[in-house]
Amino acid sequence: MTDFVAPDVDWAALSPVVIVLIAAVLGVLVEAFVPVRARRTVQLSLALAALFGAIIAVAALWSGVEDTGGTVVLGGSLLVDGPTLVLQGTIALLALLALLIIADRTETGEDAFAPNAAAVPGSEYEELARRKGVRQTEVYPLVLFATGGMLIFPATGDLLTLFVALEVLSLPLYLLTGMARRRRLLSQEASMKYFLLGAFSSALLLFGIALVYGYSGSLRYSEIAEATQVPGGLDSLLLVGSVLILSGLLFKVGAVPFHTWTPDVYQGAPTPITGFMAACTKAAAFGALLRIVYTMLPGLAWDLGVVLWTVAILTMVVGTVAALVQTDMKRVLGYSSIAHAGFILTGIIALNQAGITAVLFYLLVYGAATIGAFGIVWLVRERSGEGPGAVLGEATHLSQWAGLGRTHPLLALTFALFLLSFAGIPLTAGFAGKFSVFSAAVEGGAWPLALIGVLASAAAVFFYVRIIVLMFFTEPAGTDEEATGTAVAAPSGDGFAAIGDTAVVVEARSTVTTTVVGTEGFAVVAIAVCAILTVVLGVFPSPVLELIDGVAAFLP
Amino acid sequence: MHSLTTLVASLPSESFEPASEIVRSGVLLVAPLLVGLPLLSAAVLLLSGRRSDRWGHWLGVLASTASFVVAAIVFVAMLQRSADARVIDVSLGTWIDAGAFQLDAGMRLDPLSLTFVLLVTFVGTLIHVYAVAYMEHDADRRRFFAYLNLFVAAMLVLVLADSYLLLFVGWEGVGLASYLLIGFWNHHYDYAVAAKKAFVANRIGDLGLIIALGLMFATFGAVDFGTVLSGVEGSASQGTLTAIGLMLLLAACGKSAQFPLQSWLGDAMAGPTPVSALIHAATMVTAGVYLIVRSAPLFDAAPTAQLVVVIVGAITLLFGAIVGCAKDDIKKALAASTMSQIGYMILAAGLGPVGYAFAIFHLITHGFFKAGMFLGAGSVMHGMDDQVDMRRFGGLARYMTITWLTFMAGWLAIIGVPPFSGFFSKDKIIEAAFVPVDGSPWRAWVFGGITLLGAGITAFYMSRLFFMTFEGERRWSTKRDGTAQHPHESPRLMTWPMIVLAIGSIGLGFFLNLGGRFVDWLAPVLGHPEHEEPVLPIWVITVLTLGLVIVGVVIAWRRYAISQVPVIPPVGTELTRAARVDLYQDSVNDVLLVEPGQALTRSLVYADRTAIDGTVTGVGLSTVVLGGWARRLQTGYVRSYAASMLLGLVVLVVAVLVIQN
Repeated sequence: MTDFVAPDVDWAALSPVVIVLIAAVLGVLVEAFVPVRARRTVQLSLALAALFGAIIAVAALWSGVEDTGGTVVLGGSLLVDGPTLVLQGTIALLALLALLIIADRTETGEDAFAPNAAAVPGSEYEELARRKGVRQTEVYPLVLFATGGMLIFPATGDLLTLFVALEVLSLPLYLLTGMARRRRLLSQEASMKYFLLGAFSSALLLFGIALVYGYSGSLRYSEIAEATQVPGGLDSLLLVGSVLILSGLLFKVGAVPFHTWTPDVYQGAPTPITGFMAACTKAAAFGALLRIVYTMLPGLAWDLGVVLWTVAILTMVVGTVAALVQTDMKRVLGYSSIAHAGFILTGIIALNQAGITAVLFYLLVYGAATIGAFGIVWLVRERSGEGPGAVLGEATHLSQWAGLGRTHPLLALTFALFLLSFAGIPLTAGFAGKFSVFSAAVEGGAWPLALIGVLASAAAVFFYVRIIVLMFFTEPAGTDEEATGTAVAAPSGDGFAAIGDTAVVVEARSTVTTTVVGTEGFAVVAIAVCAILTVVLGVFPSPVLELIDGVAAFLP
Repeated sequence: MHSLTTLVASLPSESFEPASEIVRSGVLLVAPLLVGLPLLSAAVLLLSGRRSDRWGHWLGVLASTASFVVAAIVFVAMLQRSADARVIDVSLGTWIDAGAFQLDAGMRLDPLSLTFVLLVTFVGTLIHVYAVAYMEHDADRRRFFAYLNLFVAAMLVLVLADSYLLLFVGWEGVGLASYLLIGFWNHHYDYAVAAKKAFVANRIGDLGLIIALGLMFATFGAVDFGTVLSGVEGSASQGTLTAIGLMLLLAACGKSAQFPLQSWLGDAMAGPTPVSALIHAATMVTAGVYLIVRSAPLFDAAPTAQLVVVIVGAITLLFGAIVGCAKDDIKKALAASTMSQIGYMILAAGLGPVGYAFAIFHLITHGFFKAGMFLGAGSVMHGMDDQVDMRRFGGLARYMTITWLTFMAGWLAIIGVPPFSGFFSKDKIIEAAFVPVDGSPWRAWVFGGITLLGAGITAFYMSRLFFMTFEGERRWSTKRDGTAQHPHESPRLMTWPMIVLAIGSIGLGFFLNLGGRFVDWLAPVLGHPEHEEPVLPIWVITVLTLGLVIVGVVIAWRRYAISQVPVIPPVGTELTRAARVDLYQDSVNDVLLVEPGQALTRSLVYADRTAIDGTVTGVGLSTVVLGGWARRLQTGYVRSYAASMLLGLVVLVVAVLVIQN
């Protein structure tokens, strides 16, 4: 290892990542050099262009990868193969949709982020920044950096790059989580928790990398896989290291018992960021997990099986059961995302070609429904009194959604569509996704998991349908037509107060009603696209499944 | 006189299944519009709501007319092809692609389906026009036309389908439309019950079709006509084919009101009269005949099933005729007659190759004269303040001349007086019934005798209906508001469709029978029947039939035209009383099906409450308890989160290590 040979870099194969990261760096420069008034426009255009560019780059690389099976880039640090491209395309598309919601502003010009995230919540300085109309446009480069990390994550070919990508995607998310405009204390608390637990899991991952390196003498997946074939005396080193690496990744996907951060962070983060996180981070982390399980650890499939099986079962059960007793919309969706992580894990455990296809497809359909659902949560607001200025934060308590189907039928119908997709009702994309992961699991011999998955899905239908019933068949507690009405439901400012009541409690408080806020329209476009994807992929899943199936093979 | 002897045996008829041709270009590709136009119109009418109330009915008429025009275009294009190139598949793309089961959705255009298409769209359009006037004072006229259009679209899907599964889609579609239309005035409790009854009886039939589909898939691995009907001779055992045939027959019984599922048809008269004319006389109820004739190769290979078909047809034929003699409600009498006439068709379809073409022939002529008579009955009701009791009619011929004349055409057609339509078609069926099967004459004598007897009874009860309504002295009651009845002729929108149908009742049979052209037209699908000799000479059969018809008419004339008809129905004989209540069919159903069903339901409800609900509640409660625990773990403290992660990790690591050693 004396001579350092500069690797021959295939820039074309890296283009999706490079485009997004360059745009992110440019975004930082924009913050420095572009006048305040034009900043949002420039940042938004730049970010949209970058994500579009990434999608186009993925499309351009597609046929080459389809023919050759993929290229090894940067001396093996990155592997641009079929699953990489599918995931990069999925992540770029979902990030684009999420960005539209992130960028959107209400009629009064408010976006989802604090005017000045550095200001102490409730301080005069914050009030001043709000009145001056200050904007935190750093959001855009942060989102791009996170997206860049996510694009790298599933493409990594060695453990060190994996770790770097993990940090690149995580750090911006920690920041973004703490930037909510409303309920800032909750948001900052969530950010802090996310950061501490994230650091904890990063440490576990790093420790695992060290142990595995100690066993195999390599960081490259393919070489580690070879080393596991040779019986050696240090098996426990390898096993413990592998479990630690898996736990680092399972933390990111929010699998039990590494899920504890999920509900708190999903609830505290600005809602558009929650959607972004839930959809894109999950896609990236499952991509990396898929690659590691399929290419680095297949030799240990039997030994690690117990870990993955246990985690998958726990995740499905805990996610479903805990969601049943939630009273906050964002927490319900958070626990539902945990349950979905369990369903996706069953596809990974299948350990076959069908499993790869199924997981990749599931990530796409779940991501689309998630971004759409959180987009709608962002639009449903509390209102206190008359006038556009009276619109407050998101009305996330379940009781506040009562009767939404009467006052805003189209919106409620779309939300019901996303919920039905989560529940896996036929003719929605969620059904196609669940069907493909469970059938892959059965094919791979993991039928008990598929059985538990089906039972958990059946139980989960209960709380999705409960929300639909609430929206369409329950009298609204108060609508914006009767702003001076009496009955009101509102969560207290302390987000965790909602924990504690099993039933949906309607507490009387001044005259806060539920309304749907008007916006510049970006979010509506994104939600519409998500809804269309959910329906189209539900009714005609086969073309997309076949497309993915055609390239669903990992480079060794 | 045209008879079986004039037919030329040009093709072997056993299991005749033509090779079909797939068309990808040309004028025949307009065929999907047949279904598309009425469906689109139905959607527009249902979705646009009250704002289309003013013009909605005309849109419905337009859609039906346009569909007929398309049908005419396809028909002309078809005539230009040579006879052996008249079976055409129009592919609509892959419908279902699930592993081993692949099914393309497509349309089978051939003389058989096209015959139905022309009947449905032509008669359907006339009835649409009629309904514009008939439903004029109904606030929900738009919705009525939406359902009518929906029915036309579904019926066309049924007859144009190229697979049993797509046929099933249409089958359910017409069932739905029928349910919606019978219960159109569902604010009347009785009408809603009638709709439900039709729905349930049809469900039983549908079950047969579903089982048949399953058996077909298990036997042939496919459900499209091509594979199933050409595969009959190879793989399937006699038992399987018989089972499929019987299940298809069950389906046909449900839809076509055949014994023992016939009880719904009389009650279905609760729907508006145009509905009775279109759905419960001319088209939908004949779908069972279509199903059997379409599955001809299958039935040819299953003689037992065929025999059951004939028996069912024969029973229903007599059953309907007897019930028809006792009914005083004009629509219910017509419904009984429909049942009986479809019995003729089913019987003919069960006779095998000698009967298929005549079953369809009778179906077409019946479609015209029965629809015409229903429209006539509607016209009478229109002029008599919705009175349906024939004992309260009488002497109406003077007051509604057009209705009287058109009804007379239908009456002469149904009783089979030459040269009206029904004579040609029914006479053929009677001749075919007298043909011995497998050289055993007993079947020929039994079934031939029944059809002959049926013809006589038909003549009696249809004449009774005609005379009680239009002849004799007036027995009118007052109107519902207490004023005197003023019968009057209906508006032109109603009389013109009746006139057109009357022309069909008069001349269609003769026209289609000329030179055996209808049989030739259907030959590409059904083959040419081989010549078979009936057990009696054909002229003897015809003379006997006409003789019985004359006897029937004369008896009816003496009893209902020239003598006094009591306004209060006399007690009557045992048979009359039984016939008035549909030969106790409802009571039989109650004892055999409804009461055991209700007992079963009650016990199930009890079991559900105690056992299942208990379990479910238990699961629900324990889940909530579990959730409570889970929530207690979610304290909000980072330190406990990290501790739980670490604990989980340690457990996992230990588990891995333990297993490994």
